[in-house]
Amino acid sequence: MLRRIWAITQKEFIQLFRERATLILLLVAPLLQLALFASAIHTDVKHIPMVVADQSVNQASRAYLNAFVQSDYFDIVATVASQADLVTAIDNGQASLGILIPPDFAAQVKLGQAQVLMVVDGSDSYTTNSAYNTANAISQSYAVSLIHHSVTPLTMSVRILYNPDLNQLWFIVPGLLAALVQGLTLGLTALAVVREREVGTIEALLVTPIRPVELMLGKTIPNLVIAFANTTSILAVAVFLFGVPFQGNLLLFASLAIIFAFSGLGLGLVISVASQSQMQAQQLSGMFNFVGMFLAGFLFPAYALPPVLRAIGYIFPMTYFLPIVRGIFTKGVGITAIWGQVAAACGLLVVVLFAAARLFRASLD
Amino acid sequence: MNELAISAQGLTKQFKTRGGMVTAVENLSLRVTPGETYGLIGPDGAGKSTATRVILGLLTRTAGESSILGFDSMADSYEIRERVGYIAQQNVLPADLTVMENMRFFAGVQCVSAEAQKKRIPELLAFAGLSNFTNRLAGRLSGGMKKKLALACSLIHEPQVVMLDEPTLGVDPVSRREFWSLLGDLRAEKGLTIFVCTPYMDEAERCTQIGLLYGGKLIAAGTPTQIKGLLPGHLLEFTPAQFAAAQQRITGMEGVLELQTYGEKLHVFVDDVGARKAQIEMALAAEGIAHDDLREIEVRMEEAFISLVQQQTEKVGV
Repeated sequence: MLRRIWAITQKEFIQLFRERATLILLLVAPLLQLALFASAIHTDVKHIPMVVADQSVNQASRAYLNAFVQSDYFDIVATVASQADLVTAIDNGQASLGILIPPDFAAQVKLGQAQVLMVVDGSDSYTTNSAYNTANAISQSYAVSLIHHSVTPLTMSVRILYNPDLNQLWFIVPGLLAALVQGLTLGLTALAVVREREVGTIEALLVTPIRPVELMLGKTIPNLVIAFANTTSILAVAVFLFGVPFQGNLLLFASLAIIFAFSGLGLGLVISVASQSQMQAQQLSGMFNFVGMFLAGFLFPAYALPPVLRAIGYIFPMTYFLPIVRGIFTKGVGITAIWGQVAAACGLLVVVLFAAARLFRASLD
Repeated sequence: MNELAISAQGLTKQFKTRGGMVTAVENLSLRVTPGETYGLIGPDGAGKSTATRVILGLLTRTAGESSILGFDSMADSYEIRERVGYIAQQNVLPADLTVMENMRFFAGVQCVSAEAQKKRIPELLAFAGLSNFTNRLAGRLSGGMKKKLALACSLIHEPQVVMLDEPTLGVDPVSRREFWSLLGDLRAEKGLTIFVCTPYMDEAERCTQIGLLYGGKLIAAGTPTQIKGLLPGHLLEFTPAQFAAAQQRITGMEGVLELQTYGEKLHVFVDDVGARKAQIEMALAAEGIAHDDLREIEVRMEEAFISLVQQQTEKVGV
């Protein structure tokens, strides 16, 4: 059995190294993706274009608008006359937020009953939420600053663990690592079996005593080496280039990363043995990758999903690995804090490998 | 049962297609004793490949029984795969592996020990005439060399039976002859049982036993001599000047059993050479059709095959 697995592994390695360009792409692409995503993904949106209709034009209104500009979250892109003009500017896509300051603003402030109108572009939820929340907060703190002798009835003292400065990269990168590795492992094996079937070489394999599970393992091992190299390089770039601190035990992380990569490759094999053509396998692995991003807790926390979607999420290795990577990478916890996830990940690995071997049709029918 | 190298009993294979069930092999029964070279002969689409694949366990059978060396095709497929070599019709060896890497791979998956590999691989490469091409990618070999490599790979685990599915398809005549002389050596030296599918009649003549497959059914079986003996009467050959007119005149003449065209020649099966030769010559002379001498020739596999197929189509009424 081991001899046959070894023979297949060697064959796969030879074929891998024969396609030098593809190999280089496999090794470099995840790093480019990491660099790209890490630079592009921002959950707090800055420099939101804002249009202003200041009908008051005095010191009070200027001070209020200054608070917006100085926050860095808003750029005043235009000044208009009326509420209708605000809406037009947002219609045109010139601005995402409009603020109307009424003519009697200064007087009303003194009376303690000033009102401003905020018009928000509701077509893009990310910007809308960010613009609405930030503008609201700026207005609140501006209002508080006007009450000189304030006695705050409640003070909250906040301590944020692991990432006290709320550094965006620290949030994103560990999860991104998991998402990238899941995507690349799915892609690595999705074509492995269906390609042999499409090219016809499966016939040469089927007439040998190779058992399905041996074929699955032999096909996985070389890809596991690549996936592990990718994980290592992604981690190195994250720590050394993006400066995200690695808090936990590297050895523990490495061994769990192997289990994670292994199950991703196994899931890819399931796709490969179930597919009728390479095209189909490619489409399926793309779909799995996409759905996995949403259901495994990378973009939204998994506990916020409806039960059915959560259940579907359990087929993705990332569902288990995300808490593991965040636990070890960001929190620096040991195995005791994550053993439940580790056990589930091992269970999934066994299930996907078994499923791939069972679904493999050992005939040409 | 165990003394048979290959056996099939009432073997049937149906495929599900969009248009319904298609029967590719119907009620096929055959027996191949060890050391024989069995040829499954038939035109394209006769079901030769399907029959071979079902017997090998590469396709599931719809009905019937089949076994190799006493091992059931379906239940004992791994026992079969350890003892049988197979060359598929298409080139199915990994094209991006070299000759040597292919040999090593198949040796590895057949669990051939390292010492045995060291001895056997060079032997087989020399036997197949590939010793000077060990570093060439399999995909860059010529058609004939690909088949020889496939043969060498299929022999790495010293199988008792080799099954070859149209091994000389797309191979030039010289390479074809070489390939068959390799098979001859194997039979002579190792007593290997060879099962070969082919549409070529000259290859059929090289087999010790043949079965004629047509429309998924075995329409005749026996030694090449027996098969040729199935034909009624004797065969006369001649070249008429006016081909169509001669064909028309002779068809239906008394004592003429069958007429086949062969290039610009006519092949006429007659019940009695002495009597019919003169009658045909007279008939042609009466029509003013010039021709060369009518001569009796030996029936070849090709004539036998065409005749048997014609009989079959007449019987079915196609």
